[in-house]
Amino acid sequence: MTSLQDAPPDSTTAESVTKEQLSRLFSSMAREEAVDVRIRNGIKRGEFATVIWPSRGQEAISAAIGLALRPDDRLVTTYRGLHDHVAKGVPLPEIIGEVLGTSTGASRGKGGTMHIADPDHGVMMTTGIVGSGVPVAVGLALAAVKDGVDRVAVVTFGDGATNTGSFHEGVNLAAVWKLPVIFVCQNNLYAEMTPVEETMAIEHVAQRALGLGLPGVTVDGNDPVATYQVIRDAVALARAGGGPTLIEAVTFRFEGHYAGDGGKYIPAEQYAEAKLHDPMVTFPRFLLENGFTAAELDEIRQQAADEVEAAVKVVVAAPPADLEEIRTDVYADGLVVTHD
Amino acid sequence: MTETQTLSIREAINQGLDEALRLDPKVFLLGEDLADPAAGVNAVTRGLATAHGMDRVMNTPISEAAIVGAAVGAAIEGYRPVAEIMIMDFIGIAMDQIVNHAAKLRYMSGGRTSCPLTVRTAVFAGTGSGGTHSQSLEAWFMHVPGLKVVYPSNPADAKGLLLSSIFDPDPVLFMEASRLYGVKGDVPVGDGYRVPIGKAAIARPGTDLSIITYGLATSASLSAAEALAAEGISAEVIDLRTLLPLDIDTVVESVGRTRRAVIAHNATTVAGPGAEIAAQVSAKLFGALDGPVERVGARFTPIPARASEAAVTLNVADILSAARRTLGVVGV
Repeated sequence: MTSLQDAPPDSTTAESVTKEQLSRLFSSMAREEAVDVRIRNGIKRGEFATVIWPSRGQEAISAAIGLALRPDDRLVTTYRGLHDHVAKGVPLPEIIGEVLGTSTGASRGKGGTMHIADPDHGVMMTTGIVGSGVPVAVGLALAAVKDGVDRVAVVTFGDGATNTGSFHEGVNLAAVWKLPVIFVCQNNLYAEMTPVEETMAIEHVAQRALGLGLPGVTVDGNDPVATYQVIRDAVALARAGGGPTLIEAVTFRFEGHYAGDGGKYIPAEQYAEAKLHDPMVTFPRFLLENGFTAAELDEIRQQAADEVEAAVKVVVAAPPADLEEIRTDVYADGLVVTHD
Repeated sequence: MTETQTLSIREAINQGLDEALRLDPKVFLLGEDLADPAAGVNAVTRGLATAHGMDRVMNTPISEAAIVGAAVGAAIEGYRPVAEIMIMDFIGIAMDQIVNHAAKLRYMSGGRTSCPLTVRTAVFAGTGSGGTHSQSLEAWFMHVPGLKVVYPSNPADAKGLLLSSIFDPDPVLFMEASRLYGVKGDVPVGDGYRVPIGKAAIARPGTDLSIITYGLATSASLSAAEALAAEGISAEVIDLRTLLPLDIDTVVESVGRTRRAVIAHNATTVAGPGAEIAAQVSAKLFGALDGPVERVGARFTPIPARASEAAVTLNVADILSAARRTLGVVGV
């Protein structure tokens, strides 16, 4: 059985990472966690009705991506991508507004949780179709090459996506064309409700790189510093024309597939073991051992909660998309195809 | 008078691609075997890689999802990619990228991204290639808000509609009948030539009956009109040119005059494009019709191989039978 022990040992190290970078990593993680927890609590309390695919537990990987990328770098993510959106800098009212389908959302309530795009912050697509973001990110990287700029594209996906044709087609094309794209698998050990060992005959997603002709790296995705270092190096390689990298960041998804899925299929001992590696527990501990005070960490967490609360207030006060809005943007130039 | 030159549809599309590549550095082509010297099984892209370079005419692996997916990614970055799916039957592999992404990205991003992508694909109907290489699948795409579906029947339209498709802000599925690649006709010379998307043409004027058709079925419809003329029946033939958006106004204007309609296409009759057109015509002209709206297409079987293909696909006799059915109601 694949477990967290199969990932490399805890490699958290402050080497080559500044205090400011550590602070940014934790701040990003705190905001990601706060968004996820606040929306789930709102659903649970009956404050609003919507659906999210929780990313609780996977915060370190997104924070690492956010720190490694420039604002103009591109990101494609998935339905379980709210933490990625936060880390890439999408404003919270646009994220939460889209989740709740109101007019503050990134697409004024027409996209929903699974379809958030914010080109201003480099988030070009979020997809609800497992694996299909991979070829699109390849196209974003192709555009960067054609533009003659050193922009890179990152695409995130789960372990399940690596069993799709789109993944293999897209990664192969990027390897053949040596494009500046970084494939980041957030391997949370479950594809929806099925454990990874039932869907892959190999131990690590990164092994798939060997057959496609690009570097493949497995990293402890609960360690934001180690994950940052791996992504940073892949980004540097891609910017320099060295082509794509497949990164497998091994982590765990503490909530079920969707908010409301109790995750009963997760064995108790695996869950208990995973709890010991929860990045929202282990990283603060590491920070306390490396020059941060409890007061500093409390302040970061409080600020994240305050920002999320303020965004929720704005979002719930906003109206949902009206019929006029719902009928726009189907085609450019206001074309409406209808016979009613 | 517009200066023209005689070109085949293959040459007209090649010329359209060449002009688009020259007019806009954001245009590039990608697909299987596109580049010289092979230049594809359809030979439509011959010479383009030599003229414009391999970074503008890009050979890809046999990876339809990646071809269209990469085109989607480049399109939302402001490029105008023209992706080729060699034969339409292969489009199922790229369906997710076309239907779930290209068609919906503008909408789901609230207009913050735009996907000016053209997917060119060849319909091998009538080549005897069998069930996975000869289907006419346009109805699949007429069902998808956000897409446009274009299917020319002659060289001038092929060039003019292709250029309109490439420079359209929305994703366009551009269908090419391989049986028509060699058909010749007059094509206006010059970079500015365009045929608007969404505007049908009266391919042959008439007064007794409207035959509504497009693409490969247009020549069979014109032959049927010719045969009817010999019997003293004047059939108007409307070449839709674009299936989505559908120029229902031109259809309704024509049928309003002739009071009888036959819709002819190579897609299956069952749930084919004719079903939508017949429903709209019937609803808009219920009191004005002198006969039932008829539709003819392929039989509802997979396409059989070789010689048997003709037994299931649309032919001139089918159109004539349908015309007589709708005319016979009032005893003509």
